Amino acid sequence: MAEKTEKKEEKKPSKYVLFLGCAIPYREGAYEISARKVLQKLGLEIEEMPEFNCCGLPIDPVSHETMLALATRNLCLAEQKDVNIIALCPGCAGTLRKVNKTLKEDKKTREEVNHYMKEIGMEFKGTIEAKHIMQVLAEDVGLEKIKETIKKPLTNLCVAEHSGCHVLRPVKYIGFDDPENPQILKNLIRVTGAKVLDYQDEAECCGAPIIGINQDVPLNLTGEKLSHMKEVGAQAVVTVCPFCHMMFDTNQPRIERTLNKKFEMPALHYTQLLGLAMGFTPEEMAIKELRVDASKIVALVNS
Amino acid sequence: MPQPRKRKKTEAKEETKPKEEVKEEMQPKIAEPKEMEQKTVLRITPESARFKYELKKIPGAEKLMLCFQCGTCTADCPVSRFNESYRPRKILRMAQLGIKDQVLKSDVIWLCAACFTCVDHCPQDVEIASVLRALRNMAVKEGVMPPVFKELASAILQTGYAYKIPEMRIKKREESALPPLPKGNLEDVAKLFKVTGFSKLLEASGGS
Repeated sequence: MAEKTEKKEEKKPSKYVLFLGCAIPYREGAYEISARKVLQKLGLEIEEMPEFNCCGLPIDPVSHETMLALATRNLCLAEQKDVNIIALCPGCAGTLRKVNKTLKEDKKTREEVNHYMKEIGMEFKGTIEAKHIMQVLAEDVGLEKIKETIKKPLTNLCVAEHSGCHVLRPVKYIGFDDPENPQILKNLIRVTGAKVLDYQDEAECCGAPIIGINQDVPLNLTGEKLSHMKEVGAQAVVTVCPFCHMMFDTNQPRIERTLNKKFEMPALHYTQLLGLAMGFTPEEMAIKELRVDASKIVALVNS
Repeated sequence: MPQPRKRKKTEAKEETKPKEEVKEEMQPKIAEPKEMEQKTVLRITPESARFKYELKKIPGAEKLMLCFQCGTCTADCPVSRFNESYRPRKILRMAQLGIKDQVLKSDVIWLCAACFTCVDHCPQDVEIASVLRALRNMAVKEGVMPPVFKELASAILQTGYAYKIPEMRIKKREESALPPLPKGNLEDVAKLFKVTGFSKLLEASGGS
């Protein structure tokens, strides 16, 4: 199975090119701010990626070929630098990962896509990997090393995690965690000293991808998840995706109005949680940028 | 003569049973499968027979005909739980039968959130979410494109990003000591839109 990709010589697991994507600079500044600080603290070397474009995922429903072309152009940019990609957004990471794998394994598709790439003077060679930050932290950095950086264990915190779909599924393309019983984010949270609570339908979708088509379904899906988290006594929800985060944080007041229910559940980017445990201040982790007031979490961290 | 009389009698007998009550109690249970009650006459033409072959050629939709209608996709679909009309199993059946217009012009094909739960759970290894994507791609070629995708596509063409990032955000990056936002290579993006044939589709749909 996939020997070709396994055999590839390993890139230096401490140097990456950052694929920022669109949703993070558009609305989720706190994720970028906290992620950069945390990655630096862990000793990872992060290069910028000039002239990158949208990963292609938003266009996949209307043109699969264009998605392939846009994704491949980004992969080629990283190949030129000969550095693996780290993406903060699971949508970007999942798309780049899937396209990278497909092109490495499927000669016919690679030829088709390279025909597009010729137009812009590029060629896909298949020499790098694309990873989501969660995978980099768990696999390349490792829990032990993260543990060494924890200065202020968050032992007073009880949180729920929401990994989101695109770091979990489909298994055949993504496959670094168990989509039926995801553990990686839970382990990453436990390292910070916080408790992770189990709740009903943990691995279910928040609905964000269709919010431009239908609002009712996503608001209800996220609302249901928030109810399940509340039932088990979670003090906050921890995410690793800008879109899921928009649903849990930015849209939470709307969900509360729609369902006529109060949640008041702070939603933190995982990197913010980790940063707080590393001893960064709430200001450095841009906690104030969150829509749902997280001051009770800050108080618990400081107590 | 005696025969019809007899029949009438039995009918009458049944009716005298506590029918009213039973009927009311049963009603919600019977009323559920509305789908079954709606009888649609399907006209299968040679064109409908060809549709599945056309669809199967699109990457991700190859295993369409392996679907044996078990309904696991619909049962496990988070969108289906909150939307009565979104039923992936039904959409796949319609696609297999080649009821092209009804599938491609239907609003429901745009409701898949691409969570890929159905793909992981399908016992036949059909990539249901990818079949849905293939159907949407086909719908676009028939001139159907929801406005949100025109906006996304035009933002990518104009900035390289799927959203037009407000000035305020770009300024704020400086304050937060973030590196400047890389500029997209618009020439490359435009060339890729063109070579994949997407520019034409976008123009045809009235987008930029």
